[in-house]
Amino acid sequence: MSQADPTLEGHATSLTVGPAFSIPTKKLAMWLFIIADTMTFAACLVAYGFLRNGSADWPRPFHSITNVALMTFILLTSSLTMLIGLRAARAGDKAAAFRWTMITAAAGILFALLHVREWLGLIAEGMTLFKNPWGTGLFGASFFSITGLHLTHVTGGIIALVVVGVRYKGGRYNADDIEVLGLYWHFVDLVWMFVVPLVYLLNLAH
Amino acid sequence: MTTAEEHKSNGIGKDLAIYICLLVLAGLQFVIAYQNIGASQMFRRMLAVACVEAGLAALFFMHLWTEKRGFLLFVAIFTIAVLLGMQYGWTDSTRMVVGAPFSK
Repeated sequence: MSQADPTLEGHATSLTVGPAFSIPTKKLAMWLFIIADTMTFAACLVAYGFLRNGSADWPRPFHSITNVALMTFILLTSSLTMLIGLRAARAGDKAAAFRWTMITAAAGILFALLHVREWLGLIAEGMTLFKNPWGTGLFGASFFSITGLHLTHVTGGIIALVVVGVRYKGGRYNADDIEVLGLYWHFVDLVWMFVVPLVYLLNLAH
Repeated sequence: MTTAEEHKSNGIGKDLAIYICLLVLAGLQFVIAYQNIGASQMFRRMLAVACVEAGLAALFFMHLWTEKRGFLLFVAIFTIAVLLGMQYGWTDSTRMVVGAPFSK
């Protein structure tokens, strides 16, 4: 078949016109990843709810909301700093965009440290993947799985923030890359909005 | 209006307003946690607040609101359909506790 075939040229062109939904390919790829990841987290949370609903002696080990409240505040604030960084990148202010991206990464590190501190506290109280002093051993497995998956996402996000921030500053990446990374970071924040009530607040010791 | 144009035309005010809304809603979840209500009612209230939070974050922080309507519909319909599909297990979860009706 000749590429110059006039009967096929129009058809071929119509198949390759623009990216789907008229949004950049990188952004579409990130959205597809986010949708897939939503399913992963949703499956974990539904499974968690299944186990909680099906266990008569579900533990309520959390005595204080201070730590989780602080973690929530930090993660929400990091979403705002990410937006400010993106706004600076769109305005062409490279120094400010880099600075705010690094501030976002620092907030992520703080969140991760608080998370690890909380894990260590629970482990010190005798909680493992398979047993705990308060009730069914399923709690440890589901708690560490869900919060661990989220912490993995945060850690990956921190690394990506540093890499993309540095490469943006060096001129290898542009504002679109900051925006795509921002989508991921906001998604991590969005997931936390469901993890907090289901995993923490419903298990407060009253 | 594209996302980039939207960024240029709006100040940080809208982002800040959404951020404060999200903080308030997150605070509301903590208030609900200390209400003297049943676990199922608490779960429903917290989930409703979380859905509103997620909607705000997706629409405004993730700029879904300024994307093409077709894309917004694609994300919403696809996500909601799969999330609803995951709810089939609840009846079996209850059966694990009460052992009825299928295990008897």
